[in-house]
Amino acid sequence: MKLLVRLRPIVFIAGLLAAWEIAVERHPNYILPGPWAVVGGIADLLHHGFLFKYVVASLFRVTWGFCLAAIVGIPLGLMIGWHRRSEMALNPMVQVFRPISPLAWIPIAILWFGVGDAAAIFLIFLGCFFPLLLTGINAVRNVPAVYIHAGRNFGLSPAQLVYNVLYPAVVPQLLIGLRITLGVAWLVVVAAEMIAVDSGLGFLIVDARNAGNRYDLVLAGMVIIGIIGLLLDTAMRSLEKVKSFRWAYSEE
Amino acid sequence: MAVEQALSSQVATSTKLRVENLNMVFAHDGKSTPVLENINLEVSTGEFVCVVGPSGCGKSTLLNLMGGFLSPTSGAVRIDGEVVHGPDPRRIFVFQERGVFPWLTVAGNIAFGLFKLAPEESRKRIAHYIKMVGLQEFEEAYPSELSGGMKQRVEVARALAVNPDTLYLDEPFGALDSITRHVMRAELLRIWQTERKTVVFVTHDIDEAVQLADRVVVMSARPAMIQEIVDIDISHPRDISSPRYLQLRDGILQQIGLAHKI
Amino acid sequence: MSVLAEPSKWEKFLWPVLAFAAFLSLWHYSVIWSGTKVFPAPVQVERGMLELFHKNILWQDIGSSLLRVAIGFGAATLVGIPLGLTFGWYAGVNQVVNPVMQILRPISPIAWIPVAIIFFGVGDNAAIFLIFMGAFFPIVVACGNGVSNVPVVYRRAGRNFGLAPTQLLARVIFPAALPQIIVGLRLALGIAWLVVVAAEMVAVDSGLGYLVIDSRNSGKRYDLVVAAMVMIGVIGLILDLCFRRLERIKSVRWGFRDEF
Repeated sequence: MKLLVRLRPIVFIAGLLAAWEIAVERHPNYILPGPWAVVGGIADLLHHGFLFKYVVASLFRVTWGFCLAAIVGIPLGLMIGWHRRSEMALNPMVQVFRPISPLAWIPIAILWFGVGDAAAIFLIFLGCFFPLLLTGINAVRNVPAVYIHAGRNFGLSPAQLVYNVLYPAVVPQLLIGLRITLGVAWLVVVAAEMIAVDSGLGFLIVDARNAGNRYDLVLAGMVIIGIIGLLLDTAMRSLEKVKSFRWAYSEE
Repeated sequence: MAVEQALSSQVATSTKLRVENLNMVFAHDGKSTPVLENINLEVSTGEFVCVVGPSGCGKSTLLNLMGGFLSPTSGAVRIDGEVVHGPDPRRIFVFQERGVFPWLTVAGNIAFGLFKLAPEESRKRIAHYIKMVGLQEFEEAYPSELSGGMKQRVEVARALAVNPDTLYLDEPFGALDSITRHVMRAELLRIWQTERKTVVFVTHDIDEAVQLADRVVVMSARPAMIQEIVDIDISHPRDISSPRYLQLRDGILQQIGLAHKI
Repeated sequence: MSVLAEPSKWEKFLWPVLAFAAFLSLWHYSVIWSGTKVFPAPVQVERGMLELFHKNILWQDIGSSLLRVAIGFGAATLVGIPLGLTFGWYAGVNQVVNPVMQILRPISPIAWIPVAIIFFGVGDNAAIFLIFMGAFFPIVVACGNGVSNVPVVYRRAGRNFGLAPTQLLARVIFPAALPQIIVGLRLALGIAWLVVVAAEMVAVDSGLGYLVIDSRNSGKRYDLVVAAMVMIGVIGLILDLCFRRLERIKSVRWGFRDEF
């Protein structure tokens, strides 16, 4: 019985795929390919070595952009969150910058970096920087004052306070923020590649359509994007499960 | 004996609530944990019964079974002869203050169960019970603006507004400070003496039980059984320094195995 | 939490203004020192904005963007909220549908453009479809979580008072989940705003996103590019603030602790 329950989602997906396949076969002139065609597309990409190449390119850009944003944004956020007046000063500007889609920065990115990897990484950096900054700020502000008081009470030096109290208190929230922002980075890289570079999964989608209406490759690209995005998210979630961080998530 | 019984404040009439051979086993992750064993209990109409026991012994589970929120593994709970199958507005549960709906005002909360009434009748009832629990100025206040004790009063008013036969209270004063608890106990008794519902009151505070109840059911640790049922034969208002009170309370302390010297 | 004393009220205005002034000066002098012929200085951006206002372009573009967001976001709300509530309430449904959602969710709305163009052609409808796709998933997830996070106490109380299942849903579950739903809507609106700008860069020829690309392509008017970017940021912020206003309504406020 339990096995049946676990199989239900798979049956559901199979059902959707079947319906899709039937709809496509009913309209043979319609451009949209069916599931088998998409699978064929994936195989095709694998065969020609493009799949690996493009996935690596996209991951490369994400890693750089995301890590840069994390290294700059989180410490900055933590410091700003700690210092009331800095936060008061910078918050309005951050709130204005934040809703600006990274893609709106494309002209400036191309102006500063030309067309290529650097521009794409810059866009990803932008897309990640503001969320991570805010994550850092919020994480510090959410540390209960009692922890700080206790640390001071026991005579901890500022450095010890940061290392022994702030850091452990802040890490769980940072992890959540990092996971969500990684998802954002993945969205941005695909979009950035559709517009500004000539490799990667986003590029694949645009190119496959422009150079021959290969919609099977377009959809294949989308499927792969979805799967890798999911894998990234799952990997980050398993970090959250590491025992020494678990304490913050079990408060109920 | 018969004269004393007639003079005492409770006149045992018919049986309202009967728990028959109740057993409760929780199955979790392949392990089964017996929580309640062989519970037999009779509560008369209009009686105030307290259930005490150490933390985690299953008293809340017993109350949930009586309220119909859980099904027993074996045995039954009968109210007025009928087996209890599920929750019912004739027997209202009062949780700790977190049972109050935060998105409704005080008046809104009290009105919650009154959807079957005509608006005029409903309004009268709300006004009546707001007055009874002493929250007259706060009809339009939201729970987030109220203290713990006040939230608890809202919950009691909400429960009473639907005119249930039975009230179940699950450690209702547990989250309150000790002074407020004193006040709330007096309030509860006052309200009970006006409306004379059947009350089953779960607490871990033995003093509270002896102050409030007609009878105290003492439960053992898990798997919980009824260790003893103590008749509190002091009439209200009870003097909490009287020898009889202390005697009864110490008796229960001893039952549970606690020393009364700290 | 700073070591210094509590900042006074006027400081709430002082520091942001100072920071902004510092930012503007830094920008201004960077442009001068670097001798760039193309990148605009703050003054030029301001002039550019006024120019756009006077030519009425800016209002039209703002209107186009907002309209697309309104339709796409509105549709996502109408479809997403009931769906999300269902998923939260029926754990069985959630278990079946969730894997599909988890795979679709990481796919950037922009990646849906070719599919959107197949179904809707180039134009407004494709853009609105993309906005719908972007807003839909956060709304469904937020509603689902909101429902499943309703404390058992409230559900029991509702059943205790004799509520039928539909009444329970309307009078207990929905109000209890509402704060989380509203947060989800606010986040989804933020996403919708990001997507509309991106969609307009690719699939249509009006709106703020289009303005950004077009200003560069037809004449390297970077002053207009930056002006459009500033408008995008400001309007996005205004949308967000409006929603936060909603969160302060009393019958919902209880669900929010000290929000940033």
